[in-house]
Amino acid sequence: MSNFQVKRSDEDQLSSLRVAGFLDAHTAPILEREIQKLLDEGRFQILVDFADLGYISSAGLGVFMGFIEQIRTNGGDIKMCRMNTKIYRVFDLLGFPTLYDIVDDLETAREKFFQTSLNKGSQDNQK
Amino acid sequence: MVKSKTEYKLRIPSQTENLELIRAFVGLVANKVGFSEDDIGKIELATDEACTNVIKHAYDPKDQKALDVAIQIDYQKFTVLVTDHGKGFHPDEIKIPDMKEYLAELRVGGLGIYLMRTLMDEVDYKIRPGLSNQVRMVKYFIDKDDSQLVQKRDRK
Repeated sequence: MSNFQVKRSDEDQLSSLRVAGFLDAHTAPILEREIQKLLDEGRFQILVDFADLGYISSAGLGVFMGFIEQIRTNGGDIKMCRMNTKIYRVFDLLGFPTLYDIVDDLETAREKFFQTSLNKGSQDNQK
Repeated sequence: MVKSKTEYKLRIPSQTENLELIRAFVGLVANKVGFSEDDIGKIELATDEACTNVIKHAYDPKDQKALDVAIQIDYQKFTVLVTDHGKGFHPDEIKIPDMKEYLAELRVGGLGIYLMRTLMDEVDYKIRPGLSNQVRMVKYFIDKDDSQLVQKRDRK
């Protein structure tokens, strides 16, 4: 039995992972497998929705650190949204807001992906 | 002033599946003595980080050894003691690690130690090689200029 779930939904290039429950050293491998599966499928635009997450420890944050380099090398990103205050504090204490886009709602997070791909497109055009 | 010390102890198999139970244990005791939701969250997280380090590093994962979590409460502070009976270091047993794996673990493990130090008022270690290793974490009931919580405890 595990008190952690990940629900995945895909929309064009963007994959959303809605995490729920407790993310600690016991459950982090579940999220790790889910992200690895996305990368294996060549999906590098990943939106993580924290609306239903009640707890996170450094083992959970470590999952995002473990993948971010590979994801960005492949032109993708992990963006995060809808964290409660308690969860955000852990990210903030470890300086994650300078490394990741963390926004309030799903719409803003989606827009951030859209902006990133637009910017990338215009940069490509200028080359 | 009350000088007596109350102690609560939990001995539990050193497995990640028990982290949730450990957090519930420290969280309930912290709640009982009147800490705020915010402080309870900090104590739970710091204890989780200390226990995760023990579970991941102190024992051979195949060994299902015990991990002790003790809470000591006196009039001024809430102390969490996490003790393992890991085999400790012996120079002959140290192998040259896979550097990539080592750095990745160090990076993540380092986050946990940083969090413990940030969330609690005091963190220190007592290492007795081959016998036991203990992490001691303290949260005071009051900030220097805030005595509300102590007053709240005394009323109980």
